[in-house]
Amino acid sequence: MDLTKIVVDAAPFSVGDEYQWLAQSDADGAVVTFTGKVRNHNLGDSVSALTLEHYPGMTEKALAEIVVDARTRWPLQRVSVYHRIGAMYPGDEIVFVGVTSAHRGMAFDATEFIMDYLKTRAPFWKREATQEGDRWVDARDSDKDAAKRW
Amino acid sequence: MIEILFFAQVRELIGVSSLQLPAEFSSVEALRQALCARGERWALALESGKLLVAVNQTLVDTAYPVKAGDEVAFFPPVTGG
Repeated sequence: MDLTKIVVDAAPFSVGDEYQWLAQSDADGAVVTFTGKVRNHNLGDSVSALTLEHYPGMTEKALAEIVVDARTRWPLQRVSVYHRIGAMYPGDEIVFVGVTSAHRGMAFDATEFIMDYLKTRAPFWKREATQEGDRWVDARDSDKDAAKRW
Repeated sequence: MIEILFFAQVRELIGVSSLQLPAEFSSVEALRQALCARGERWALALESGKLLVAVNQTLVDTAYPVKAGDEVAFFPPVTGG
């Protein structure tokens, strides 16, 4: 049984389905999940749509490596990472990370770690549509700093 | 030969998503400099400041060696999540 699930797909995901897959073992006392959504604003402008480009092949590999890294830091059980690509709109769910472990502390930490590393190492790029036109989203220093603390 | 890929702003600026070149570059940095010599847009797109590089789908630094059969990708800082 593979305890890691990584999906990169244009199709929406179901948080309920992901939770069901994660929460199967009675040995795991903690299931922590994070869902990232498309915001309707960025840097003071309203955002009407978002397009996610990625590097097919490397994306899956980078996510798998991040999960392997997390597993060396904490004794985790099931880990699920789902990242959408393509066109999305405000309110859409874009990314999901779920982690299970015996106790909550490590599941919280590992979920944050995976998101922080994903933000700085997984090859995805956002292009947003605003009233001023389309623009690439710039990387944030705060994301870089968040990844450095681990 | 080496396969070279470009993504996001880098791809958009040079108008090329991939190309093949003979494996005659000692490192990623030597390859980057050769590409920059192709013109202003290339030099701008491949400016070293924030550029990220992956060899065979793993992030590397620019001193990393390049050999025949490698896949080298240049792209801007990532913005997923």
